[in-house]
Amino acid sequence: MVDTLVFAAAALMCLAGALGVVLARNPVHSALMLVMTLFGIAVQFVAQEAHFLAAVQVIVYAGAIVVLFLFVIMLLGVDRAQSLEMSFLPIQKWAALLFAAGSLAIIAALILAVGEPVTGAEAVGGSVGTTDDVRLLAHSLFSDYVYAFELTSLLLVIAVIGAVVLVRKPRKAETLALEDGGDA
Amino acid sequence: MEITTGWYLVLGALLFVIGGTGLLIRRNPLVMLMCVELMLNGVNLSFVAFSRTLGDIGGQTVVFFVLVVAAAEVVVGLGLVVAILRRQPGATADDLSALKG
Repeated sequence: MVDTLVFAAAALMCLAGALGVVLARNPVHSALMLVMTLFGIAVQFVAQEAHFLAAVQVIVYAGAIVVLFLFVIMLLGVDRAQSLEMSFLPIQKWAALLFAAGSLAIIAALILAVGEPVTGAEAVGGSVGTTDDVRLLAHSLFSDYVYAFELTSLLLVIAVIGAVVLVRKPRKAETLALEDGGDA
Repeated sequence: MEITTGWYLVLGALLFVIGGTGLLIRRNPLVMLMCVELMLNGVNLSFVAFSRTLGDIGGQTVVFFVLVVAAAEVVVGLGLVVAILRRQPGATADDLSALKG
């Protein structure tokens, strides 16, 4: 009974937040609605005994990614309300609706057709279900997936360098330096 | 009523579809990036549901990697958005059909 209530409340949070992200006219409201969805997902993670992931979800997503979004919105001053009247290609709205209906139908049909998706496959990475998910996750991460883990550090370094290169003030400093060098 | 894995999968699918539809119909690049986050979260929820149902910690490990990749994606994506909007204030996705500045 408690499980059902928790699931229903968190699912309502997730869906309301998701619709809010898509339908809000102001990007700041979209970002705040995204926080609501992310917290709902964190609750679902806790309900499924993924405590570590729930904590990481709140810290990384709500704490870092959404703050980054808000920073950029503030930096660019694009927090004006933008009309939802979308003057895009005439087909685009119908294509989007078709995508939504089609993919929803396919996924729902698959879930209903499979029913209970337990295949009886053997767990390869260690079983879950105990409260000790942090130890299991760490063991899996640093043994089976250690190369992928090391590669993510490379990915993060590349992302940091890429962001710095992209956001650098274009060219002003360079041309100045070039002129100085030319003059001297 | 007991909450089975199917319910989590349906919720994940709904989040994925809402995010995908938003990605298609919104024109503000920032909101489009947020919609990508919604799609990733829908998939994460499915991964955790399968992880618990199958008793395999691998699903949670994959979610961890998805989190890292999503962070990197947002950093690079927002860097691009800042670079574009600094050059062309108020640009929407429609204005970016030509990559040449």
